[in-house]
Amino acid sequence: MDVEILARIQFAFTIIFHYIFPPFSIGLGLIMVIMEGLYLKTGNVVYEVMTKFWTKIFAANFSIGVATGIVMEFEFGTNWATYSRYVGDIFGSPLAAEGIFAFFLESGFLAILLFGWNRVSPRIHFLATVMVALGSMMSGFWIVVANSWMQTPAAYEIVGTGDQARAVITDFWGMVFNPSSGIRFAHTIVGAWLQGSFLVISVSAYFLLKKRHKSVAKRSFKIGLYVALFAALIQPILGHEQANVVAEYQPVKLAAFEGLYETTKEAPLYVVGYTDPESEQTYGIQVPGMLSFLIGFSFDQEVQGLKAFPKEDWPGQIGLVFQTYHIMVGIGMLLIGLLLLGAFLNFKKQLFSNDIMLKVFAWSVVLPVIANQTGWISAEVGRQPWIVYGMLRTSDAISKSVTGGEVFTSILLFFVLYVFLFFTWLYILNKEIKHGPDDTDETYFESGYLKRAEKLSGLDNKEKDE
Amino acid sequence: MDYNVIWYLLVGILLVGYAILDGFDLGVGALHLLSKGDHNRRIVMNSIGPVWDGNEVWLITAGGALFAAFPHVYATAFSAFYLPFYLLLAALIFRAVAMEFRSKEPGELWRNTWDKLFSIGSILASFLFGVAIGNVIIGMKIGSDMEYAGTLLEQLNPYAICTGLFTVVMFTMHGANYLLVKTEGELQKQVEKWAFKAYWTFVIFYAITTAITLMIRPEMVANFSFGYFEGVGEKHPLVENNEVLISIWAWTVAILNFLAVLNIHRSLKLKNYGWAFLSSCLSIAAFITLFALGIFPNMMVSSLEPAYSLDIYNAASSQKTLKIMFYLALVGIPFVLSYTISIYWVFRGKTKLDEHSY
Repeated sequence: MDVEILARIQFAFTIIFHYIFPPFSIGLGLIMVIMEGLYLKTGNVVYEVMTKFWTKIFAANFSIGVATGIVMEFEFGTNWATYSRYVGDIFGSPLAAEGIFAFFLESGFLAILLFGWNRVSPRIHFLATVMVALGSMMSGFWIVVANSWMQTPAAYEIVGTGDQARAVITDFWGMVFNPSSGIRFAHTIVGAWLQGSFLVISVSAYFLLKKRHKSVAKRSFKIGLYVALFAALIQPILGHEQANVVAEYQPVKLAAFEGLYETTKEAPLYVVGYTDPESEQTYGIQVPGMLSFLIGFSFDQEVQGLKAFPKEDWPGQIGLVFQTYHIMVGIGMLLIGLLLLGAFLNFKKQLFSNDIMLKVFAWSVVLPVIANQTGWISAEVGRQPWIVYGMLRTSDAISKSVTGGEVFTSILLFFVLYVFLFFTWLYILNKEIKHGPDDTDETYFESGYLKRAEKLSGLDNKEKDE
Repeated sequence: MDYNVIWYLLVGILLVGYAILDGFDLGVGALHLLSKGDHNRRIVMNSIGPVWDGNEVWLITAGGALFAAFPHVYATAFSAFYLPFYLLLAALIFRAVAMEFRSKEPGELWRNTWDKLFSIGSILASFLFGVAIGNVIIGMKIGSDMEYAGTLLEQLNPYAICTGLFTVVMFTMHGANYLLVKTEGELQKQVEKWAFKAYWTFVIFYAITTAITLMIRPEMVANFSFGYFEGVGEKHPLVENNEVLISIWAWTVAILNFLAVLNIHRSLKLKNYGWAFLSSCLSIAAFITLFALGIFPNMMVSSLEPAYSLDIYNAASSQKTLKIMFYLALVGIPFVLSYTISIYWVFRGKTKLDEHSY
């Protein structure tokens, strides 16, 4: 296999593995802010126990996210040196900004969040939780900016020719707020909220099925449910807006999303299907004219098909782009249904006694994980054959001094390492969940009004509460 | 002073920050297996618990800054050190997750395994950083296209292995000084013994490495030899025009470095551990300053042809990017310093275990 394919396999593998973790951090961060905020507001110790429990889950997840994230930053230089030379003038800045403005903030306050419970006042601790949540979103912002510039490059000019050609920045804020960065940031963050809140939902459902930690589980479940419902309902709007940006700036990718080969009015939208780039046919269940309608609010809107572009500019794996895109959309719709049903049952006060629904919710966290991963796969594979859309081809971007053997070795090393890491993480996560929150005062929580002072003053209150 | 020089300084400052901060993390990791008993090992690990993550951010930011300001150096160095850097990443990953996972299970086998991975990861990472620096000092086979034309085996030359070992020993000594500040009682007495051993090993390697460097690469002192030695390629006008001033300044740094190294021993004897730690911080900063001044204005020296070397001009981004990034750094640095200082303030004093510890 040649170096380009190997380098792409390695990047795909390491980024897919890495991206299991940051969305959990971002989503859990928001939920921890809500829980600790409720603790400060009500003084109810159950929220403190909840915050501490989810912080533990957060910590194990966060450290793997950091460790696997450094790999990504190195990889541009190790495997994509020509890319780095070509766009370093532009692409390096958001990565540096991420370090300066997000990682330092995040890591500094993380120390207080994890280890500072007994060292700072509750208010300062809450501030730390807010800052960690904010820091994780800011890091998401800079990295999505960097990636969006690869999708919709802006504010640059090419200087030099041949091997000396370089992209040079003309306007920093034009690069930061390139045509797709705002909407892609929103879509990514809301996806992360879904993933984080579904982790909370799933673990809480598991506790409720096992009839353990009920006070913590019920409250956590509700918070997760509301956050997830909010996120799931705005996500289609954001996704739609983003698809419009793709339609305008990356028409080839849009055509690949829907397996559209001929330029046409009344272009259909597939619910499920199969596309064959060889015969240039797409089969499946379709909503006629819907794609045209979504793009231009009119069935007469003409949508460009793949054949409007030279074949050398088509993504290499149109089938993969099509399927991953549809899996993402499908899961998004499924989540809305699931959450609406959950909210309805909750409203009817039947949610926590419905074992079937609880079983479904206990496994549901895999859905947003898959949706986030497939969404990114369709975005990245859909950009091919370009590494920077319309500017630099992926095949022209690899490191010239690195051999196939070297890349193969690093793939092997990291494959073994990551498989080991993944199962260790699952093992620890499972253990933390089985151990559960430290709610030895379960009977107190049931009353719902336990204040810190009452807890400290001891037994008298127990009688009072009962 | 132009933006290229400023960015050379800023990347240098980030590397100094990383070496001082993560340096003691790695050193603590290298010493970890010497501590006996679960309680002691947890104290050792938790001494860096709240800070290691922030310390590693210095590396990430240095990498980002190098990418943004000197993309060719980033591209050439990272692709040249391909396998060593992947090994480095694996070492850093093991180290990070070992801390997170170690105390989650009570079993002896479980904890011992993570202890070993933590320690080996720390030593290997320090060694590889040193090997990379060593290769930059003696020069690498960089062609006219800025690409590395050598092999992996050439990077594992005796000199680079020497600087690699020197780095391991230096960080270990530094880590011991840090541990002395964070521990008390019996454990502290043990650490003191390690500190003296690490100190003398460090002094030996310090002498050997300095001697070999002066012998095989006298160019490393060209910028501050009062014009006596010739460097690689042309001298930077800044150096050319201020030769005496820079030489005096650099020798002051070298002498301060020497004094700082002596002071480590003196402070250890006086049981003034805070000063011992500050002195090892200072000496690490001095080493990197001298290294940076030694290769300036080059960033990667080509052993094939001096003209192929990557310097702060031919490897840099456009003036516009350097300028924008400079202002971003100006805005960011006060924040970075305030977080760093407040974390060390909040977690000052001896390391104690509580229910939130690793």
